[in-house]
Amino acid sequence: MTSARDDILAAVRSALADVSPAVSVPAAPRAPDRGDLVALFVERVEDYRAVVTRCTSAELGGVVAEVLGARTSVVPPGLELEVPNAVVDDAFTADQLDAIDAVVTRARVGIAETGTIVLDHQPDQGRRAISLVPDLHVCIVDVSQVVADVPDAIALLDPSRPLTWISGPSATSDIELNRVEGVHGPRTLHVVLVL
Amino acid sequence: MRVALQVTCVNDAMFPDTGKAVVRLLRHLGVDVDFPSAQTCCGQPMVNTGYLDEAVPVVRTFVRAFAGYDAVVTPSGSCAGSARHQHSIVAERSGDPALVAAVAETGPRTYELSEFLVDVLGVTDVGAYFPHRVTYHPTCHSLRMLGVGDRPQRLLEQVRGIELVDLPMAEECCGFGGTFALKNADTSIAMGADKARHVRDTGAEVLVAGDNSCLMHIGGMLSRQRAGVRVVHLAEILASTEES
Amino acid sequence: MSGTFVGMPAFPTAARAALGDTQLRRNLAHATQTIRDKRALVVAEVEDWEDLRLAGAGVKEAALRDLATHLETLEASLTRAGATVHWARDAAEACAIVASITHAHGADEVAKVKSMATAEIGLNEALEAEGIAAWETDLAELIVQLGDDLPSHILVPAIHRNRAEIREIFQRRMGDVGKAAPADLSDEPAVLAGAAREHLREKFLRAKVAVSGANFAVADTGTLVVVESEGNGRMCLTLPEVLVSVVGIEKVVATWADLDPMLRLLPRSSTGERMNPYTSTWSGVSPGDGPQEVHVVLLDNGRTRALADDVGRQALRCIRCSACLNVCPVYERVGGHAYGSVYPGPIGAILNPLLNGVSDEQTASLPYASSLCGACFEVCPVRIDIPSVLVDQRAAVVDSHRNDRVPSAEALAMKATAWAFSDSRRLAWAERASGIAGRVITRFSRTTLPGGRAASGRLPGPAAGWTGARDLPAPPAESFREWWDRTDGGQR
Repeated sequence: MTSARDDILAAVRSALADVSPAVSVPAAPRAPDRGDLVALFVERVEDYRAVVTRCTSAELGGVVAEVLGARTSVVPPGLELEVPNAVVDDAFTADQLDAIDAVVTRARVGIAETGTIVLDHQPDQGRRAISLVPDLHVCIVDVSQVVADVPDAIALLDPSRPLTWISGPSATSDIELNRVEGVHGPRTLHVVLVL
Repeated sequence: MRVALQVTCVNDAMFPDTGKAVVRLLRHLGVDVDFPSAQTCCGQPMVNTGYLDEAVPVVRTFVRAFAGYDAVVTPSGSCAGSARHQHSIVAERSGDPALVAAVAETGPRTYELSEFLVDVLGVTDVGAYFPHRVTYHPTCHSLRMLGVGDRPQRLLEQVRGIELVDLPMAEECCGFGGTFALKNADTSIAMGADKARHVRDTGAEVLVAGDNSCLMHIGGMLSRQRAGVRVVHLAEILASTEES
Repeated sequence: MSGTFVGMPAFPTAARAALGDTQLRRNLAHATQTIRDKRALVVAEVEDWEDLRLAGAGVKEAALRDLATHLETLEASLTRAGATVHWARDAAEACAIVASITHAHGADEVAKVKSMATAEIGLNEALEAEGIAAWETDLAELIVQLGDDLPSHILVPAIHRNRAEIREIFQRRMGDVGKAAPADLSDEPAVLAGAAREHLREKFLRAKVAVSGANFAVADTGTLVVVESEGNGRMCLTLPEVLVSVVGIEKVVATWADLDPMLRLLPRSSTGERMNPYTSTWSGVSPGDGPQEVHVVLLDNGRTRALADDVGRQALRCIRCSACLNVCPVYERVGGHAYGSVYPGPIGAILNPLLNGVSDEQTASLPYASSLCGACFEVCPVRIDIPSVLVDQRAAVVDSHRNDRVPSAEALAMKATAWAFSDSRRLAWAERASGIAGRVITRFSRTTLPGGRAASGRLPGPAAGWTGARDLPAPPAESFREWWDRTDGGQR
């Protein structure tokens, strides 16, 4: 008996026997120059009903502490920021993470056109679970990380790493196609943009 | 320029006034239009129902009838679309290289009426007079298969005395769809009922379109509803003058 | 656990029943109008949308045209990245692979990310037969599953339900399978979404095995991509120990860079957003992060059959965005159930016959479930010419009956019409007969159209389909052809 693999590949080859594999793929167009990328990024992130706070690097610690208030929080091992009362992730279970109110991470890239933040889960962002289970995600983005559009982000990102693209808080449109923010992922996304 | 009228089977058998209007209109614009009597149908009823073999002799009749003309003008977006986009499928199916070559000749030279007037003759003011409140329905094949765009509206805007009103949800299909109207009659009627409601909402006296098959469907519903709205083909409005 | 499409009647019959459901028609009209407007806004924002569509179609077409090579590359990349690759010829093989992996971990439940491939293969029912509970975690899938219902839309399977119906389903059913809905549950969408969060939380936190599909599979990097909104996808892709992804072989794109047009086209076409809330990508196993055992099941289940169809193979470019459903005037009126498949709407009307053939009456009715208005092609982000494929599949249906011993009435009528249309003399003769009929109708008809032309009202027999709701103009006494001959083209 032949394997499913061999059968499927043979069926694919036979189906395409009359087809030339060469086909020219038109280049994807780029969005026109939008001017101030950081302003666009902020506008588009806020459009998803995420909160954006701008600050200098000197102000960062204070701003994050203020956003967190009395909440408990978890931070990745490589955050390199003093966060009062935070615990550093230590392979916490999902249940343990579920008992923590907030998470503070950095990011890899911000996309202005779509208001998207991408995490590549390096040590300054931590493994995927910590930025998922807590209900408030405070995400620190440096203005130098903001790029114009999706193709710029794709070019920067390393696909061998797990990536999480985040555009606003979790949301659903499953009830009468009306958008509602806040389902399983963090119900609040607070972006701190470091100038 | 040798110009042939492809009147279409529906207009030939059911709406001869539309064909007469095209002849009057084109003569008025200085075009000596011919009616090749060997013509029958574009073959679309067979093609769109899946009867490709049956469509082969019909398409063959089409290309024979219209061979040698510089332009074939038809008062139907659907039939022009059939000649331009479907005849090649039928010809391929026939396996006859001569038919493949023939449809490649006639297809690109087949024009829907508003395309012929605006693109070939370069006119938008055809000197028509039609003092009525009118709403225009862009039929799907003229809009999406041919891409006639706003040519019909540009022609209608120049008609003296006309009051053009916008049709809500104008670009939504009326539900005719050829044999769809019979094979899926319930769905077709549900779509037609919504289209008829939008037409009534405009308060227009006349609904105009570039395809009599769609108008027969919408008009049939409007008539059953005693809506009092008359359906008129674009050609008949453009051929109306103060004398008529 | 849920309903089945098996035994559904052909489309016209199912559509008639759906058209009689006024609540359904209201729900659908409201929902499709909402999503159409949202899509139109974000698509209008992209100046070069048509070029982006060309790029997206090109990426998928290029991947399909050299699919065997890309599948082998994908398998090698995935294996290198620590994933285990399985191949499944059909639904039964795919379901058996998922069940066997689940059993191997001693699990009796799996958490599921919404996936069309697993819906297509009937995975939930197959797992149930193996003693494994499959929990749908997408809100709309949850509504369908709890309601013992069937999906009616690709993106929003519960689009046919309104908020009041959803509230009722949650209150009645959640307690049977886990955390019950609060007694004071309102029908506010935000409150209903909150109830789903509470209900599913315990399932996410304890799940050992998750099952997903993938929106894209990148051959050169072995990366799978899941595009979602709620975070249920992230939960399933991140928290369990074991992840099994069932991926149709047509999901392959060649390179990482190929994701660019796709990730710009899909959210705008699908949910009408610039970008969906969450996109997750992963390549095999990431040590210390997420599932440490990763399986990928590459699924055929009719795809190679579709690939062999030179007109229809473009349907495999489909990225399941649902834009064609949302603009379809037929879908808007009859809803998804009438199509009898997890793939409803225009794409379903071509995909089902391409995947399964047209030998059964229900599937054979689908290519005819369209007025060929072309709105679907206009919005398709990967430029699938759905009307042309519909016509081609109609031809496939007709051709499958060419050797029937007794031809259908339709086939006889089409042959007769084609015979008359093949020679203008025959047509002229038929028109003279119709002219006589017209004179008779005009004399006896009590129906006149505005403008004074006589018409037929309700007629019996084959004409009833038309005249049930539409008056039919009486044929004119003289055809155009006769007029032209009589008057020398109006010059006499």
